[in-house]
Amino acid sequence: MRFLKGIALAAALVTAAGAETIVITDVTIHTLGRHGTIESGSLLIEDGVLSAIGDDVEIPVGAELISGGGRVVTPGIVDSYSYLGIREIGGVEQTVDDRQTGDRFTAAFDVSPAINPRSTLIPINRVEGVTHAMAAPRPAYGEANLVSGLGTLMHLGGDKDFRVRERAALFVRLGEGGAGSTHGSRAAAMLALREAIEDARDYDRHRGAYAEGRRRDYSVGRMDLEALQWVLDREIPLVVTANRASDIETVLELAEQEDLWLVILGGAEAWMLADRLEKANVAVILNPIANLPERFESLNATLASAARLHEAGVEIAFSINDSHNARNLRQLAGNAVANGLPWIEALRAITAAPGRIYGIDDLGVLEAGQPANLVVWSGDPLEVTTAAERVIIDGRAVPMRSRQTLLRDRYLDLDDPRPPAYRGPVE
Amino acid sequence: MLVAAVTLTGCSSTTDEEAEPPFASTYAPLPSTTTVIRDATILTGTGERLDNAHLLMGDGQVRAIGERVRVPRGATVIDAAGKWVTPGIIDAHSHLGLYPSPDVAAHSDGNEISAPVTAEVWGEHSIWPQDPGFAAALAGGITSLHVLPGSANLIGGRGVVLKNVAARTMQAMKFPGAPHTLKMACGENPKRVYGGRGGAPSTRMGNVAGYRQAWARAQSYQRKWDNYTENGGEPPDRDLQLETLAEVLRGNITVHNHCYRADEMAVMLDVAKEFDYRVSAFHHATEAYKIGDLLAASGTCAAMWADWWGFKVEAYDAIRENVALVEKAGACAIVHSDSDIGIQRLNQEAAKAMAAGQRAGIGIAPEQAITWITLNPAKSLGIEGQTGSLEVGKMADVVVWDGDPFSVYTRAEQVYIDGALAYDRNDPALQPVSDFSLGTRDDTGGQP
Repeated sequence: MRFLKGIALAAALVTAAGAETIVITDVTIHTLGRHGTIESGSLLIEDGVLSAIGDDVEIPVGAELISGGGRVVTPGIVDSYSYLGIREIGGVEQTVDDRQTGDRFTAAFDVSPAINPRSTLIPINRVEGVTHAMAAPRPAYGEANLVSGLGTLMHLGGDKDFRVRERAALFVRLGEGGAGSTHGSRAAAMLALREAIEDARDYDRHRGAYAEGRRRDYSVGRMDLEALQWVLDREIPLVVTANRASDIETVLELAEQEDLWLVILGGAEAWMLADRLEKANVAVILNPIANLPERFESLNATLASAARLHEAGVEIAFSINDSHNARNLRQLAGNAVANGLPWIEALRAITAAPGRIYGIDDLGVLEAGQPANLVVWSGDPLEVTTAAERVIIDGRAVPMRSRQTLLRDRYLDLDDPRPPAYRGPVE
Repeated sequence: MLVAAVTLTGCSSTTDEEAEPPFASTYAPLPSTTTVIRDATILTGTGERLDNAHLLMGDGQVRAIGERVRVPRGATVIDAAGKWVTPGIIDAHSHLGLYPSPDVAAHSDGNEISAPVTAEVWGEHSIWPQDPGFAAALAGGITSLHVLPGSANLIGGRGVVLKNVAARTMQAMKFPGAPHTLKMACGENPKRVYGGRGGAPSTRMGNVAGYRQAWARAQSYQRKWDNYTENGGEPPDRDLQLETLAEVLRGNITVHNHCYRADEMAVMLDVAKEFDYRVSAFHHATEAYKIGDLLAASGTCAAMWADWWGFKVEAYDAIRENVALVEKAGACAIVHSDSDIGIQRLNQEAAKAMAAGQRAGIGIAPEQAITWITLNPAKSLGIEGQTGSLEVGKMADVVVWDGDPFSVYTRAEQVYIDGALAYDRNDPALQPVSDFSLGTRDDTGGQP
């Protein structure tokens, strides 16, 4: 049911994108899909759809022609665990909508209605090639929630129809944070989670009796019980923040017993369980440069994490703590390469892998017939000196302008006799 | 610099002018051999790039550099063809040791949040040399770093310059002869911390009143001591807080001022003018690009991130071109980390800032950009006479990179501190492991 809505939105978008026809020629295309990497290929974008891709693409009359000159094209960057759209300035409480305080268990807390597609963070990141983000709830400050709520996968292409999939994953925090929310022990956190799952199963079997008040009290409220159904039906992944190897083992057991679609977030010590994660088909979303023992739950953090997990066959995606700089995800990917991860896998970890991990198959790959989401880079996209030159989201070239480019242009010339306030944007 | 240290003790003791300053450096370089690094691309840190050049290190110093360097008999020769050599990287803003890993309350020693002016505290007294972050920073080419108290207070206390050597004590890490620094903070942090408690300051104007009152007291304290030194009599009582501030007024301590907004930096420059001290560097300075001309005129450095922004209102106007625009204005630009992760790849931060500048039409070459993380931080810390560039007679603090240091794929391969090989990526025996990491890590070796 919920997914139908997403599909309908996507269909509406295709028409809304209008008649923009764009051809990009002479580029190296990393499709991350069936076609692998195409050296010196072309792409055709019509009505918002990537209608052709390859080395033999016909150029329609009247198309806008972008001559690549050997530049590089990739799918847009996907921020796998983001606060884009739901937090403007961390220090200004009124602009922070990625968390709610009070309850430890807020499975039904859905960030979607709070998303602001006009957030200044969005253009600042999309002009640098970030096209999608999983706007995800975070644990509350202080007494952190055990269960934070539901995330929305959004694109960054504009203020209409930006929700690609609502209620796309349920976010939970175990380990030190989870323990803190349940009076101190990891065991108490697990007990609370198990009890809620048991209650949700009971609720599902006895909805009628519950409605008539003929059922025992549950540990969580009705909305939370409903949200948990999607996880118990494996419709959406349960994304669990866990870093210590033993915490990951504990939640792996839970996922096996309850047949859950589990994703590990953080995973500082996940590499120690790489084989087991691979067997259980559990993906890991990690920050590949978080190599210090920042907490006692991450004593074995290492720069080799990404390479080791990949080597064992574990699906990985990358996340960055600071979504203001989601644009730096590609720097993280580059560093993973410097520490042993194959280049294409590092690119995959910030494009196609998030789509696979969240079960949104066409996300982060370039295939004919799909909505066009891609970036033309000045060079190697994982290199820190490379820039995004063109960004296309849902078939539309986004304006390469942000609050930061406006500020830059205003102050480029300090000798300008006009006070800065009179220096408008140059059109 | 040693003169400065003697003056400092002069406050406390007039009977023994030769007395060692308290908590004196006991740093001793690691054993070294005469070493020649040959056939490298060398960025000297003075704005020059030398191709296929050689570097001779001996007795801890740079002995020769250039296309023709005589190899002394018995010297260790490192073939660096295809590799790049730079001065050791210097981080102008670090809290390693003060806020070490693991990040737990027991380790939270960076902000003395008990009064808005705590000039009497010395950051070095909080430093835990076993912070695993030091070794991780070394693997990123960091040879010296400025460790300073946090920004909760208007005047947070003294900072210290360290050599990034594995040691049992803080004293054994102290950069010999480096002047102390004073940490000051503008803006949101002090007013939030103290205003939130119903005290002062609770506004930016309260902040400024706080600095000015502190400096006024320091002037009066300084007069008392000057009078005593000239005329003798009963020595005034020592006041550790005012002693620190008086040392700033005497020019023996450099001022490092956390300040984001352009307008606030301009106010702080006027505070410095009123009380006749110099701001050595504004730190974070996310709006430095708006006042590059003022910074150039006052000779004040700006130590900046490449791209952090938006986590609070005063950081909302940061732009990627900040560093390049400060450079363009002729001021002293520094790229700093303020992060135990960022310090491990300050070269990449400089690369991003350089590339952003180039895209905005500000032509900055790698040999210029490298000064943002070498000579310029050294200048801001008053150690540019000893380190920060590869010049004959300077400390042989050197990084050999396995490629262009402005590439994401490049890593530091060897790091020399005072001519001694302190880190070698290809030799686990030359990768220091802190006591904390020992036995807490499952991995072979302890390096993160």
